[in-house]
Amino acid sequence: MVILVIVIGFLYALPNLYGEDPAVQISGTRGSEVTEAQLVQVRNLLEKEQIAYRSVAVEDGLALVRLLNNADQLPTQDLITKALGSDFIVALNLAPATPAWLNAIGAGPLKLGLDLRGGVHFLMEVDMQAALAKAQQGMVQDFRSSLREEKIRYSGVREARDGVEIRFRDQETLDKAMSFLKRQHRNYTFTESSSADQLAIIANMSEDNLAETREYAIAQNITILRNRVNQLGVAEPVVQRQGSERIVIQLPGVQDTARAKEILGATATLEFRMVDADADTRDAVAGRVPAGSELAKRQDGSPVVLKKQVILTGDHIVGAQSGFDEYSRPQVNISLDAAGGSKMAAFTKDNVGEPMATLFVEYKPTGKKDSEGRGLLERHEEVINVATIQSRLGRSFRITGIDNAAEAHNLALLLRAGALIAPIQIVEERTIGPSLGQENIDKGFKAILYGLLALLVFMPLYYKKFGLVANFALIVNVGIIIGVMSMIPGATLTLPGMAGIVLTVGMAVDANVLIFERIREEMLEGRSPQHAIQQGYSNALSTIADANITTLITAIILFSIGTGAVKGFAVTLAIGIATSMFTAIIGTRMLVNWLWGGKRLEQLSI
Amino acid sequence: MYFSLFNPKGVVPFMSHRKPFVILSILIVLASFASLAINKINWGLDFTGGTLIEAEFSKPADLTQVREILTDKGFDDVVVQFFGSSTQVMLRMMPREGENSELLGDQIMQVLRDGTGDDVTMRRIEFVGPTVGKELAEQGGLAIIAALGCIMLYVALRFEWRMALGAVLALAHDVIATLGLFSLLGIEFDLTVVAALLTVVGYSLNDTIVVSDRIRENFRKLRKGSPEEIIDTSLTQTFNRTIVTSLTTIMVLISLFFLGGEMIHSFATALLFGVIIGTHSSIYVSSTLALALGVKKEDFMPKEIEEKEGADQEPLV
Repeated sequence: MVILVIVIGFLYALPNLYGEDPAVQISGTRGSEVTEAQLVQVRNLLEKEQIAYRSVAVEDGLALVRLLNNADQLPTQDLITKALGSDFIVALNLAPATPAWLNAIGAGPLKLGLDLRGGVHFLMEVDMQAALAKAQQGMVQDFRSSLREEKIRYSGVREARDGVEIRFRDQETLDKAMSFLKRQHRNYTFTESSSADQLAIIANMSEDNLAETREYAIAQNITILRNRVNQLGVAEPVVQRQGSERIVIQLPGVQDTARAKEILGATATLEFRMVDADADTRDAVAGRVPAGSELAKRQDGSPVVLKKQVILTGDHIVGAQSGFDEYSRPQVNISLDAAGGSKMAAFTKDNVGEPMATLFVEYKPTGKKDSEGRGLLERHEEVINVATIQSRLGRSFRITGIDNAAEAHNLALLLRAGALIAPIQIVEERTIGPSLGQENIDKGFKAILYGLLALLVFMPLYYKKFGLVANFALIVNVGIIIGVMSMIPGATLTLPGMAGIVLTVGMAVDANVLIFERIREEMLEGRSPQHAIQQGYSNALSTIADANITTLITAIILFSIGTGAVKGFAVTLAIGIATSMFTAIIGTRMLVNWLWGGKRLEQLSI
Repeated sequence: MYFSLFNPKGVVPFMSHRKPFVILSILIVLASFASLAINKINWGLDFTGGTLIEAEFSKPADLTQVREILTDKGFDDVVVQFFGSSTQVMLRMMPREGENSELLGDQIMQVLRDGTGDDVTMRRIEFVGPTVGKELAEQGGLAIIAALGCIMLYVALRFEWRMALGAVLALAHDVIATLGLFSLLGIEFDLTVVAALLTVVGYSLNDTIVVSDRIRENFRKLRKGSPEEIIDTSLTQTFNRTIVTSLTTIMVLISLFFLGGEMIHSFATALLFGVIIGTHSSIYVSSTLALALGVKKEDFMPKEIEEKEGADQEPLV
């Protein structure tokens, strides 16, 4: 049993010795996949440029190009990006060089935390206020159209402080509307709030609906952030929800944080709107904006009058590519989802020949804080494009009349980034440069090594042969900790985690110290060596258990409250406690029995 | 015979000369409180919020020049200091009102590169928003209190309430003393230090439990003897183990302290000091308190049904 555990532990720790190959990974963007054709293309390319590579193959659904030299990584990435074009994402990676037979049993090296690998950690907060405000705007439009369809005359629908207010001229209509709305919109609550001069219904979102909206805002943000992260071309990114309003993003190996933030933090939405062609722009600038329209500005600052009604928001966009039309003029091809397509078709069929504007809405932090100390975001609008509707548009259409290719590319990127219901902002960032990561690994490794060596020297000096037994247990313990950490999928090694290993190494001998001291005591009391060993082990057992359980309690608390690095420490500590109990009690017992068991002993080397 | 650090002839009367040690403990706690009140704690970025940048220059950096460059560009509240070596510089600033603080790190790196003409490389940027900082501080405090509570409960169930109270007060003593040291030396107190404090709690408790375990055993085993004598006997018996374990732990911690690098320096400091103070407290604070609370033989005698030692534990294999 003991030997089996040790063998398994070491087997799974083994991949850590093989190191990693510098690699370039290739993955297809939406819809395209890496096939044998691309692999052949890449191989030919590498041979032509005389770049030495270990292998080019598809591994776990990703095409991996393993290289021999670190220095080749960047040039290879450039080369492949150019050759394969924009349908593929080419990212730098470090691929574990684990032999196939170890891979086959599911063994792989330890996953390193960002503080050891280098990379960026972001914590983003979703602005729920904005999400709810947007939902309320949706309610206003919903009520208007459904009341109109039902031919119930209302005198106004507007957003009020405590919900959406629908006003009526007489009580009879109000009652009719009330029963209709209650039937039609089950996910809202309606209450009558009429005063002497005003007949009105206040509509609110129900609790379920509120929760759903929040949930959706988070889920949508996560999806969009994932897409954006994929655009960055990062190997093994993490985009994860944390708590009710936050999202964690981890980008290992990213060095250009400014660009990452630009792409991630662009809390942008898009709206397609009609240009109010009847309005006089000069009048509008002077303040006389027609009802139902508003003034917006282009990138160069020139004014455009837009109708307030939004034809379509950017969350219906599923794809946008820049390219060239048949006269090689730059253009952007846009595809919409089904709902977006039918909305667009319904609208454009009556408006052929009219100009349509693409409005880019961005939320920027203002630096001001609300009462809860959260940053307030400000809405910036900019018309990025005005195009004439040439025909009835459907699920896919194109925008032409763009000045140059770079602008087309930019527009496509903006469109593709999709639209967020709720703006997000970065509330925490931790960036570790790659050099510091490597340094941390080296230092942590050195600390473990020297700490271990000191103990390995000390124990035999103090406990003689039994000290050697303890040393054996200690080495086995470190091996098993690394093996278990490599085995558990969620466990990552962080710098505090390495400190945790150092600490467990120090504390692991405690169990042996307890046992050996106890054996010495029993000997002093005049028991025979065999009896003393027996008694020593059994008497020390309950003490060891008590002591370790309390440490385990702290490890669990650390794990449950801690974030990132602290969690890593808690994991190693907990694993270390479990493995050290095993090796120090059961492991050494086996060895002691094997060495001294069944013999008549006069003395013990302890 | 074997070599031993400590080879007592008979029982060492720990308890009879406990006075100076108890006074020492009281002094340490009082001094810690005084230092906490006067010097406060140098809260790290995790708790205050703000931005921290670690930059590496290709040649030894001139801090005065760096400060001037930053002041020129309007970053006048930046704390600039060396970090580990003369080419590595740490910059820290508090959260600013009315600015896009998440971009601050990159802006400052750019200012440094332009200003010094040196190819300054970024080693680390950390930005923590003020709300997050507040939350982290609350969580950290909560964790320590929760840990102490859980441990007290466990010890009270396993042993006896007087021992539990003694053990937990000993732990509080260690935590307060470590906090005092941090405030006295002005070492930065960040999240990893909270982890270290919790580990100290776990470690010191480990020591205390071993002693308490022996006290319980001896109360049951030895017919004669006052509580004081029994505690003395127990402390004497476990003394070698206490010292050896502390020694081995301190050995690896010293390795961590000197070789582990700047990022876990505060962490190693907290542990190193905590282990030393924890050794002291497990001998003097917890047993003295239990004794003062009037622990006696009857408290440990098994009730009616003879309970087998360790029978209430799950089997280990």
